[in-house]
Amino acid sequence: MSNQYRQPDGGLIDRSQLIEFRFNGKSYQGYRGDSLAAALLANGVCLTARSFKYHRPRGIIGAGYEEPASLVELVGDEESGNQPITRVMIRPGLSARSVNCWPSPQFDLMAVNQLFARLLPAAFYYKTFKWPHWKLYEPSIRRAAGLATAPARCLHRGHYETRHAHCDVLIAGAGPAGLLAALHAGRSGARVILADDGVEPGGSLLNQRVTVDNKSARAWIDAVVAELDALPGFTRLAEASVWAYREDNLLMINQRTPREDSIFQRGWRVRAKRVVIACGALERNLVFANNDRPGVMLASAVQAYLNRFAVRPGRRAVVFTNNSGAYAVAADLRANGIDVAAMVDSRARIDAALRDGLAGTPLFANHVIETTHGRGRVNGVTLRDNASGEKRRLDCDLVVVSGGWNPNLHLFSQARGRLEWNAEIASYSAAEAIQQCLCIGAAASHFTLSQVFADALARAQELLTALEIDAPQAGNPPQCDAEVDYAIEPLWHVAGDQRLAAKSFIDVQNDVTLADVQLAIREGFGTVEHVKRYTTAGMGIDQGKTGNLNVVGAIAGATGATPAEIGTTTFRSPYVPIEFGVLTGIREESVYLPYRHTPLTAWHKASGACIYEAGARWRRPGYYPQAGESFQQTVNRESLAVREGVGVYDGAPLGKFEIKGRDAARFLDTLYTNRFANLQRGRGRYGIMLSDDGMILDDGVSFKLADHHYLMSTSTGNADRINQHMEFFLQTHRPDWQVRITTVTTQWANATLCGPRARELAQLLAPGADLSNEALPFMAMLETEVAGIPARICRVSFTGELSFEINVWSRHFASLWERIMAAGETFGIMPIGSEANHVLRVEKGFLSLGHEVDGTADPYDLGLGWIMSDKPDYLGKRAVQIRRAGGEPRRELVGLLIEDPQRLVEESAPITPQGRREASEGFVSACVWSVVQQRSIALALLLDGRQRIGETVYIRMQDEVIRAEVTRPCFHDPDGKRLRG
Amino acid sequence: MLNINCPFCGARNESEFIHGGALKPRRSETPQELDDDAWIDYLTVPPNPIGPLEERWWHVRGCGKWFTLCRDTLTHQILQPGDDQA
Amino acid sequence: MQQYSLFSLARNALSHHRNWAQAWRSPELKTRYDVIIIGAGGHGLACAYYLAKNHGIHNVAVLERGWLGGGNIARNTVTIRSNYMRDESIPFYVKSVALYEGLTRELNYNLMYSKRSMIDVVQTYPKLREIKRRMMNGALHGSTYQRIDVAELRRRIPPLTGGGADSRLPIIAGMVHPEAAVCRHDAVAWSFARAADARGVEIHQNTAVTKLLREGSNGEISGVETNRGRINADKVAVVVSGHTTSITDTVGLRLPLKSFNLTAFVSEPVKPLIDVVVNCPDIGVYLSQSDKGELVIGGAPDPGQSFRRDIKQQVFEDTVCSLLELFPSFKRLKLMRQWGGTLDIAHDATPIVSATDIPGLFVSAGWWGGFKAVPAGGYTLAHLIAKNEPHPLIVPFSLQRFKRLEFILEAGTTTVT
Repeated sequence: MSNQYRQPDGGLIDRSQLIEFRFNGKSYQGYRGDSLAAALLANGVCLTARSFKYHRPRGIIGAGYEEPASLVELVGDEESGNQPITRVMIRPGLSARSVNCWPSPQFDLMAVNQLFARLLPAAFYYKTFKWPHWKLYEPSIRRAAGLATAPARCLHRGHYETRHAHCDVLIAGAGPAGLLAALHAGRSGARVILADDGVEPGGSLLNQRVTVDNKSARAWIDAVVAELDALPGFTRLAEASVWAYREDNLLMINQRTPREDSIFQRGWRVRAKRVVIACGALERNLVFANNDRPGVMLASAVQAYLNRFAVRPGRRAVVFTNNSGAYAVAADLRANGIDVAAMVDSRARIDAALRDGLAGTPLFANHVIETTHGRGRVNGVTLRDNASGEKRRLDCDLVVVSGGWNPNLHLFSQARGRLEWNAEIASYSAAEAIQQCLCIGAAASHFTLSQVFADALARAQELLTALEIDAPQAGNPPQCDAEVDYAIEPLWHVAGDQRLAAKSFIDVQNDVTLADVQLAIREGFGTVEHVKRYTTAGMGIDQGKTGNLNVVGAIAGATGATPAEIGTTTFRSPYVPIEFGVLTGIREESVYLPYRHTPLTAWHKASGACIYEAGARWRRPGYYPQAGESFQQTVNRESLAVREGVGVYDGAPLGKFEIKGRDAARFLDTLYTNRFANLQRGRGRYGIMLSDDGMILDDGVSFKLADHHYLMSTSTGNADRINQHMEFFLQTHRPDWQVRITTVTTQWANATLCGPRARELAQLLAPGADLSNEALPFMAMLETEVAGIPARICRVSFTGELSFEINVWSRHFASLWERIMAAGETFGIMPIGSEANHVLRVEKGFLSLGHEVDGTADPYDLGLGWIMSDKPDYLGKRAVQIRRAGGEPRRELVGLLIEDPQRLVEESAPITPQGRREASEGFVSACVWSVVQQRSIALALLLDGRQRIGETVYIRMQDEVIRAEVTRPCFHDPDGKRLRG
Repeated sequence: MLNINCPFCGARNESEFIHGGALKPRRSETPQELDDDAWIDYLTVPPNPIGPLEERWWHVRGCGKWFTLCRDTLTHQILQPGDDQA
Repeated sequence: MQQYSLFSLARNALSHHRNWAQAWRSPELKTRYDVIIIGAGGHGLACAYYLAKNHGIHNVAVLERGWLGGGNIARNTVTIRSNYMRDESIPFYVKSVALYEGLTRELNYNLMYSKRSMIDVVQTYPKLREIKRRMMNGALHGSTYQRIDVAELRRRIPPLTGGGADSRLPIIAGMVHPEAAVCRHDAVAWSFARAADARGVEIHQNTAVTKLLREGSNGEISGVETNRGRINADKVAVVVSGHTTSITDTVGLRLPLKSFNLTAFVSEPVKPLIDVVVNCPDIGVYLSQSDKGELVIGGAPDPGQSFRRDIKQQVFEDTVCSLLELFPSFKRLKLMRQWGGTLDIAHDATPIVSATDIPGLFVSAGWWGGFKAVPAGGYTLAHLIAKNEPHPLIVPFSLQRFKRLEFILEAGTTTVT
């Protein structure tokens, strides 16, 4: 019979919608509004899980995210990782199964672990599994651990989204405190965001049989929510977990089911002026032998099942408590036709009002439950009299436990608020906040409804005053039923012998018992952090929400320290587990790693270019293969075109900066190692920049455009970094200098014609300009028109050939390129990529930042001593001097001719003395096939290199040793006649 | 993610800024006159307090201003907006 | 030292585990020791052990302001490897890996040491070149690397389904470092502590050093001031990575160190998914799977100096973005816990294990990736303290290198800002 434990009426479920679902392969029915846990309980399913280590039978303990015992994974289209059984809402087609047990919780093969339980106390794995080595055991351990199977696919109905919001007040929790505070703040016109984890708002009010302002709690909630939703400036988020409290009042919220179909889950980043923590309180478990048997439930959970889901979790109950809160639950049990066989209260003195309310239920004051009985489900308990030690057995199929309330301070603690021990409630309370937040209601340690309402209203009023928002008079808080004040006497665990302690679970999810905690302390792991790590208590998915304080209590019991002295472990985000997908929203692929294109990318691709990812995320052609060519053939062809005819390359990504101001020259002189102040108009100079601690930062050519006006170019990959370097230096260290920097990297693009026929072609394109060597010598610049487009022509060369770098505005670049290619056709012009450029610069021995600059070489080492001027100071000068002061041998730039001229070696291959397998004396920085030498050539940094020209050195690539002859680092036109021509 | 007050733009998210290290004294015009140890110290030894630290920030995705903030390195509270050196 | 084994476990099970000895004592604090080690972290405890074992120095106190092993040893992502770039660094880490491999036996404690291999997922050519450099340099010193093709890479890391030919950064190659391993970090701290304690070393928790004392006649170190009084010693080692300068400042020693925050996070536990350590250097994320089933994931450090040990949202999101680029199926997996740790980093990002200008004062600091270095770090520091001479492996890590600005740049070509 289906739903045989369902009450005929009542509850907040929608009985008009019957839903079929599957659990561990069997079909069941429930109603819309049921959690999977509620629906299963309604169908009398009690054994829903097996524990992690011992594979003990487990049932449902809680009603919300605090659930420690039963985890499920969804199968089919909704495939998911671990979910607490209490947080899955049933819907048509739902199919779930218990994790980590096979074939089912009812009959789990791994239950055999229980036989070895005594060999498996906490941290047993440190003491054994050592011989012969851990790897022998690890695979089985790994397969037995790990709960759910990771979802293999990412199938879901839509995508993840991120939203940002600002507000005056963010209220976390729409229970009675949160709702009332929201109402008051909302009515004042403040911008309020109210986020609640539940499917519907109301928090604890949904679970209790109470009246508010003489109507049902549900009616009160509905009225408040209706008013709130109509307020401008008010946003309500349901099924939304506030999971992290970050810096400066940034809160992270995960909205699990936004109403839009295409959005699967939505993440919110909210910056709030004030945060109100109305997260309520969490009930803790009691620790006694076999407290994990199916049928043992938290009192607050039982209330939820009775009142919210109209489910009877059992027929005959025993209630076990150390505080006054459980008495209302006993009344609810009776009201729902459940026989309450006993109220077991560990306290000796019980409030008269509570006694009176028991209405015939036998009260066992100053008693405890020593253990539960039953197989697969509770069928009885053994009580023990604290005074006499006398025991008695009672039959029951439901044990309702209440260990007391913990104000839910996770978010407050994440915000680095201080917690202090509050003996009155035997738990921690919120003390001073560091960030702009406050706790209200049960989170602020108020445990009766009237206190909660009063506190919420008062604090909301204070908050609005602090924000200088005019608020209407607060009025009176809502009327509540009569309540007994909360009273508790801590019972951290039921005392008993070792045998009982070994079955008394403190962390149900991780199978950590009282005996484990005591063992930890015995072995010297006495602090709360040590106990946690040794036993793994609190490290499960539930983060030990129902048990952590009992760990503190157990430590107190064993060491004599007080809970105040012991403290808690650090609260860490997320408050509840959050899917990785929602953390990123739609930041995927190119949105996450944005890349930069030149205006010619389409042309390059259409020409068959192989596009590389260059520095600073520029997409740049590496080479342009033609049909039937190997990579080497392509690179050779392109290189040869430059050496013998004319090539052209897209230099748009180069960093470019206009530098203006009275102190511009002085600035360049400080940045570069060589002099720029004496540069003439229309002329450029190659310079190297060092960091102030003497490392090579960048190189490039800077031109003087006019007095106090320069155009600097940097390498592609370092443009952003140099921009930062320059702005930092000026604005931080020389704010009195007048220098203005404008980034023009993407405003200007350039095509460089290079090769012996470059002038011919350039002259053809710019007939009105005099491009002769007399009019436009090497390192000079001219402003003119090229192909009818306004342009700057610069004679710079990175290839060692005659070069004309034609700079135009980016929007003209594509046209320019087309004209170049058209005019260049008769010249046999070829586009060249970075691979050919690399070959050409290696042949010349020109510096490449990614190769020769490896964090050890300075310009002297690279043979660029001429660039280190005798200016009294520039960035890095002093550091280089200090570094070189000892006169020790340095690694210097040399060329290498591999003994076998056909052989290429790997870049970065080390060079070792005599080829021995020991620390290197240098490395190969580049090695290419030279088109001018028709053999392999290499550049290297070698210890004392310049003294060793002609020597044989030994390159090691793994175990292979290759000989090479040291030579000067230039293999083509050493006097530079071609580029100066 | 800090909420940083740019002197020109007002309160903006930290992701608009680049952090530029602890504030150091003005870089000397004449390091050649300092002794080795003093210069090495200036280059390599930063202040590293547990507590308030003055540091430089750059509003790179905004107005481009470099300015000084005083931030507590333990709590990350920004203690005072800080006056720019300029 | 009480032996740990299956037999002792079984024997003690009979007596309900009532007879396990304390892993380490809580002795009375004396007023004088031969050596004081400040910091009961991985390096400090390892150093104490090796001082006793290799050098016969037992009159040692390890002073810990909090709880034993509560610093970075408790927070790191447990990757053990030796694939460094520079001749100065590689031999040190090769030694550390070798020491790790024998530690379970040596310390009679299951460190759950698991050789997994580490695979670099390479997505750009400059990175491939850099790793090839590590490979060839490593071959000189006994650290190995092998290249594998993309198909083999995917075979070894089945959930790695991103990075295909049409993606933003297609995977180019994999580089495998076979000796890489993981182990249980708490076990490293506890096993060294237990073994050191068994040899007479005293470990004192809740003992915070407030000042170094330098009252020797020649300005040598003479001891420390603590919250429990003054303790004298001729040799003091500061081994509190992350918090070094707050201690050395008390005696005016200026070090080129700054502290920053590095974070990590774990997923919910799931059945075995990845058997190797995966490193994605081009997009800044690395991960492995613990024996309990959690994916342990880390990324880039936070910008700025910090002691906060907490999360910066935008840095965390960037790491998750990187993760999902290559592992899109992880979108449905859940974040379970996240945390931060304080590291200090030297100006050139290479560690410092060194004597100082103050006779008797030693420093071990600047560890970014210090977990893999724990055994060798302790071993060499013990040598340095015992013999007043650096062990050859740490000669390059001396503070002296800064006197000539002779940086050892493991990562990149310029120093950290």
